[in-house]
Amino acid sequence: MSTVEPWLAGPLGRFVDESATRITLLMTAAGQVVAQHGFTRRVDVMAAAALGAGIVASTEAMARMLGAGGFATLAHQGRTQSLVLLPFATPRGRWIALVVFGRETTIGLVQVFLERLAAEVAADMPPEPARAPLTAERFEQELQDSLRNLFGRAS
Amino acid sequence: MIDAAQDALDRLTRVRGVRGALLVSTEDGLVVAEAIMEGVAAKPIAALAASTLTRLARAMPRAGLRAPQFVQLRAERGMMLAAPAGDDLLVVAIADPTVNVGLVRLELLDVVAAVVGR
Repeated sequence: MSTVEPWLAGPLGRFVDESATRITLLMTAAGQVVAQHGFTRRVDVMAAAALGAGIVASTEAMARMLGAGGFATLAHQGRTQSLVLLPFATPRGRWIALVVFGRETTIGLVQVFLERLAAEVAADMPPEPARAPLTAERFEQELQDSLRNLFGRAS
Repeated sequence: MIDAAQDALDRLTRVRGVRGALLVSTEDGLVVAEAIMEGVAAKPIAALAASTLTRLARAMPRAGLRAPQFVQLRAERGMMLAAPAGDDLLVVAIADPTVNVGLVRLELLDVVAAVVGR
């Protein structure tokens, strides 16, 4: 398990222990990864984050088009593995949780613990640290710092 | 089927001390139908009951017994009573610790009959 911000380790660790999920990814609505559990390769986590954020954005657009106004969770049930996406509000804007789980747990349990994780993250979230204006050089540096935090080394 | 099950769930909640009754998807742990008092959280109960019953159903045959037909879990502040209704569903009741368990069991098995007889 790895997190960009240390305070996320507590709630994410509890969620992973209790829900028995295989992969968990926390990201911003833009697809920026803030914490992950279960991934071993950086390329996989970046791809999953981008795809997860894209799925949430496109499904919400469709929900708005149909007058549903959005959705609480999005679940995809597979034969051996299933996936749940939960967008949730935080003081820093919308974040998304992406969870992959197998037959050792159920979607009901995952949803219950995931909703608790979302509530804990929103409640424990410290104010965002003030940052200098983002330049091209700083963007690259921040990206490398985030990857180093998540995987222990930069490219 | 849902109408008959909902009626049976409503009857189950009329037993004194029963705080809620749920029909739960065994595989998913999701609520299919419910009749619960305000303040009782249906989703966690459904998820945990399905998980518990599924694990028991796996474990009991290894002990030389068959899958459970009725499960009673007693905690300090209440009780969970559950029975499978066919392969896919589960009937769950949440009750006070002082509830008449025999009566709840009878009503709970009536819900099972209403569901299985669909």
